[in-house]
Order: sequence, then C-alpha cells, then structure tokens
Amino acid sequence: MKHQTAAAAREGLHVNKIRADFPILARTVHGKPLAYLDNAATSQKPSSVITAMNEYYTAMNSNIHRGVHSLSEEATAAYEKSRELVRRFIHAESMREIIFVRGTTEAINLVASSFVHPSVKAGDEILITGLEHHSNIVPWQLVCGRTGAVLRVVPITDDGEVMLEEFAARLTPKTKFVAIAHVSNALGTVNPVKAMVALARERGIPVLVDGAQAVPHMPVDVQELGADFYAFSGHKMYGPTGVGVLYGREEVISGMTPYQGGGDMIKSVSFEKTVYNDLPHRFEAGTPNIAGVIGLGEAIRYLSGLDWRAVEEHEADLVAYCTTVVSGIPGARIIGTAREKAGVVSFIMEGIHPHDIGTILDQEGIAVRTGHHCAQPVMERFSIPATVRASFAIYNTREEVDRLGEGLRKVKEVFG
Amino acid sequence: MSDLRSLYQEVILDHNKNPRNFRAMEDADRSLEGYNPLCGDRYVIYVRMDGDTIEDVSFTGSGCAISKASASVMSALVKKKTKEEALRLFNQFHDLVTGHGGSASEEGLGKMAVFAGVSEFPARVKCASLAWHTLKAVLEKQTTAVSTE
Repeated sequence: MKHQTAAAAREGLHVNKIRADFPILARTVHGKPLAYLDNAATSQKPSSVITAMNEYYTAMNSNIHRGVHSLSEEATAAYEKSRELVRRFIHAESMREIIFVRGTTEAINLVASSFVHPSVKAGDEILITGLEHHSNIVPWQLVCGRTGAVLRVVPITDDGEVMLEEFAARLTPKTKFVAIAHVSNALGTVNPVKAMVALARERGIPVLVDGAQAVPHMPVDVQELGADFYAFSGHKMYGPTGVGVLYGREEVISGMTPYQGGGDMIKSVSFEKTVYNDLPHRFEAGTPNIAGVIGLGEAIRYLSGLDWRAVEEHEADLVAYCTTVVSGIPGARIIGTAREKAGVVSFIMEGIHPHDIGTILDQEGIAVRTGHHCAQPVMERFSIPATVRASFAIYNTREEVDRLGEGLRKVKEVFG
Repeated sequence: MSDLRSLYQEVILDHNKNPRNFRAMEDADRSLEGYNPLCGDRYVIYVRMDGDTIEDVSFTGSGCAISKASASVMSALVKKKTKEEALRLFNQFHDLVTGHGGSASEEGLGKMAVFAGVSEFPARVKCASLAWHTLKAVLEKQTTAVSTE
C-alpha cells in the first residue's frame, strides 16, 4: 500500500518530465550517467532559470533603481518582480521585509552585525542548537568575541533531534537572541521550529531561523512560523549561486542600523548628514546580483508550478528508500535517525573512511558529499570525523538510489 | 574499475588494514600533528634521531585509506635514512602524486610507486601527501601543526 502511495506521488510529480527540465542530468561522469545526490550542497538548475539569467544579460543588462532609460526600467521591474515572488513564496506580509543578500551566510552575518551586536552586552546569551551549520555558529562567536556575550548550545539526542525541554530550559532572562536551523544540513533533521519560535517569543526573545535546507523541500510561511528573521539561499532551491534572501519582520528591521554603506541604500548623502533609504533598500548597498535575483525569481516560478504535497511525498519516499537500501549494506550505519527528516541520508561504513567511499562512488557516476558538511560539532557529537551524505531533490529517482546501493557493494568489494 | 584499481592497489589496502609503525613513540625526539581540515584526516608523526639519521619513526591517528597507507609506507621507507635522503624521498613522492614525476622510473621509487595512481585523482593528492608534509616539517624542526589548507 505504501509503495502504491509512493508510486502515485511519483506519478503526480512527473519526475521524467522534471528531469528533462534540468540539462545537466543528461551528462555522464566517468562514462556512467550522472546520479546527482549532492543537492544539500547545491541543487541543479532548470533551463528556465539559466535562460532567464541569460536573457537579462542578452536583452536588458543595465543598472537598477536609477536609470531613466528603458533598459534600466526593465531590469528594475524584473528585479523587483523577483522580490514579490519571494514575498509570496514565503508568505511574507510586505516586500519591504524581503532583503536580497549573497546567501544564507550573508543573511546571518547581516543580522549578527546590524541587530544582535548592537543589542547585547557582556554576560548576555545567544542560544543556538548542536545541529547548526558553521554559518549559524561562527557569526555568533564573532559577536560574542566583540561584546563579551556568551554562546550557549542546546544538546541533541543520539537520533539527532534537538532536546526541546533543554531548549526551553536555556531560555532565560539572559537570553537575548535565538538562532536555529529549520532543517539540519548534516543529518536532515527537521526541527520543531514553530514550537521553538513560540517558546522564545513568549519570553520576548527574537529568533532567526536558518531555512537554507528547508525551502527546497517544504512550503514555508514566515507569518505562521512567527520568526523575526528567516534566511535562505537561492542555489539550494534550483536558483543560482550568489543570491539569497533575508526575511525580517518589518517592525524589527525598521529600527535596525544598516549593514553596509554605499550606493542604493541612501536617500541623500552630504558630508554633514546622510539619510538612509527605505526598507528593504537600506540593507542592499551597492549594485546587487541582478541576474542572480532574476534567476531566483525564475526558480520560485518553477517550484510554484509543482504540487508541494507531491514534492514532499516524492522526497520522503526517496529518503525512506535510501535509508532501507543503505541499512541493508553490512557494516553501514545511518547517522541521524530523527522522526522527521527532509532530503538527507547521512551514513558511515565500518572500517572504511567516507572519503574513500566518495571516490569509489564517483567512479560510478554517483555524486555524494563526504566530509564534515561544515558541521564539525555534529560530527563530534557522534564521535566520527565525517559521513557520506546522499541528499535528494525533485528530480532524483529510486533507480539512482539503487545505483548508490550497488556502488556501496562495490566499495565493500574493493575493501574486502 | 581499472582506474580504481590503480588508486586502491593491494599494497595500499594492506597498509591501510595493517599499518606499519602505527604506534606512539614515548622516547621520540620530536613529534608533530598533521591535519587535513577538508576531510578530517589527522596524524601525529614521531621521530627519534641519531645524529642526522632517522633512528626510528612512527605515527598515530586516523583518516582515509590513502592517507593511512601513505603514512605507513613512508614510515617504512624513511627509517634509518638520513634527513637529506628522507627529504629527497619527499620530493620524489610529491612529484609522483602530483603527476610531475613522468620521467622518473617507477623502479627507483620502491614501494612508493603504488601511489602513482593518486595523480589521476586530484581530490586525493592532499590525502596522500599529508604524512609526508608532516614528516618534512618534523625534520625541519617546525613546531606548529601542519595543515593541508
């Protein structure tokens, strides 16, 4: 019955049609068809995204927000159209709350520097979880280093789940900011972010949610979530690299000091007094990644053309199937067995280093990530140096998971 | 698969499984940690010198098969060699895994020759050379840990 449901979902998603939209999936690696299972690092891009960026450079390349000529007006309209697409995509109330940045990392650094740094003092606490990516650890360490604030960490269980009661226990009058991942990049754990945000906000503590690994896999409604900040990258959700989004609730960001100074973020400049621009432009200094923003808008159009339920069912099926296939290999052990996971199966094999596994799989045309996944504290928590990570997207298939299984059997063969 | 066999030769798999000189050395004159932050390979190389000669060499740590086998083969190759000879071997090894050793005959390389296949896998050159870089640093009396980054 379960298999039938999964099959129906696969049909609902038209995976073959989707695969045809992604030109790179037609290539071979070492003479084998590419099985791209490294989507948590970056996803592939559909033709429509590549074409949209190409069209910007071919037909309307110009700077935005200042020219009176036609090209500039067209480019500005395309750029701002993407902002509206992002607003709708994450269900934000206003376009003023959508700030374009380079990616999740810059979004978090912006919040660290413009919001958290000015508001904490020595002895205050910033709370994160033991599941975070380095980009949601290091910016806070920098703030702590400059202010004397203290970074506190919520422990995770052997399954790779955040301990909710420990989280609540660490929300004290000293806690001035909370930063949590929506989905863990190393283990795939989906955090109960709505409950966590509610716990923090009941105590008046502002929250940032790192949504980099969530937005490609599930619908996000920032108003329902209630977070003050939500950060994500374009390139993990079928868009280009070098562009991302910081959502900030208007009442929070309206009082925030600018991040970088420069053109476009001002209304008027004199040596005596500079007047900053309105939201969100106040936080977008300099000529932005115009082509990237346009490409991101196109990626959102692409995702919006799919049925979220079918996407979620298809990817859940791949995660479940991959878990079964990997668990069937003698000596293999899944790292991260949370009840709710999205897109990721991380594992190790007894006596064989992940790096060696990655090289052998590559020879079979299978792209996986091996290493610490920029989450060294997670590796330390499980006392391992690294894992092999297979991560999925809408265009992956059970057949590719089968090839992963065959590849792992070859690994066993080589290492006897 | 033929490419893979050139990387994961029997000798390499054997040294990975049964590494030689794989122990801490309590009476070492010098020791140093080498670390590859990309994949987490981490070894400590120990040496005891007799004048200019490497009287004994050993290592501890963990990492992928290529890095561990390389440390093991290296320890066997440089034992009882002078510092100068060991540094010459370092250069030979470096040329071999980076593919710059084209003209050198593999026969002159001894056991080291099994690492020739690494040059076809650029992502693995750092794994193969970690122990060697660390040894070089030990012999040149560096005191800060070696990192491949």
